[in-house]
Amino acid sequence: MKVYPPSEDSELLLEAVKKELKPDDVFLEVGTGSGFVAKNILGMCKRVVATDISPFAVREAKKKGLDVILTDLFSGLKRVFTLVAFNPPYLELEHWEKKQDYMDLALDGGRGGIEVALRFVDRLDEVIVDGGRAIIVLSSLSNIREFLDRCSKIGYEVKAIGYKKLFFEELFAYLIR
Amino acid sequence: MDMRRSLLDILACPICKGELALEVEEEDEEEILKGKLICKNCKVEYPIEDGIPNMLPPDVREKVESS
Repeated sequence: MKVYPPSEDSELLLEAVKKELKPDDVFLEVGTGSGFVAKNILGMCKRVVATDISPFAVREAKKKGLDVILTDLFSGLKRVFTLVAFNPPYLELEHWEKKQDYMDLALDGGRGGIEVALRFVDRLDEVIVDGGRAIIVLSSLSNIREFLDRCSKIGYEVKAIGYKKLFFEELFAYLIR
Repeated sequence: MDMRRSLLDILACPICKGELALEVEEEDEEEILKGKLICKNCKVEYPIEDGIPNMLPPDVREKVESS
């Protein structure tokens, strides 16, 4: 497997985005993977752009007719987006669980499973305009508390707008503004 | 929408945030298939291949390509 396939977290992100999306939004999906979320809202707002750091993922997303950029998070994108969505890697993989390929980047959230999510929120104002919003999905397996603390330290207001209970974890979709 | 404008509307140099210039090598009705984006400020080049701009900084790009 080279690209993260649409999963429960992807579905939760899509539901949350559909709830929040407005017709005049300029939408960016970070770490789009197969392109599932972005593809499903094509035509529902002003513009849809998707990024991924994996060359395999961007090729798959491109086949779905998406505007795709190969980059790390949103590096190289301008501050023009009104809604940014991200389903980050949120597991804390052990060394032996890593395969040294692109799936590591799709799954491994680093320490506490939130290092990538923290990097995202730290730099979020590089791409969202004033009054813009972001939606992120996190799992109860990761250190959500630390993530929420960081958001409020930066000055963002965070609200849970989606929830899904799975057999071994709970997933939350947070609206950040 | 003008496809050149539409790319340049959303992309900037990831290193210095400079404006980019677009050089087209191959295009169809809808998009630029092959070409490059060049930072007007720091002159770093970012390739576009198969219609996908690669905005990874050159040092990261090399790491990605070799893995």
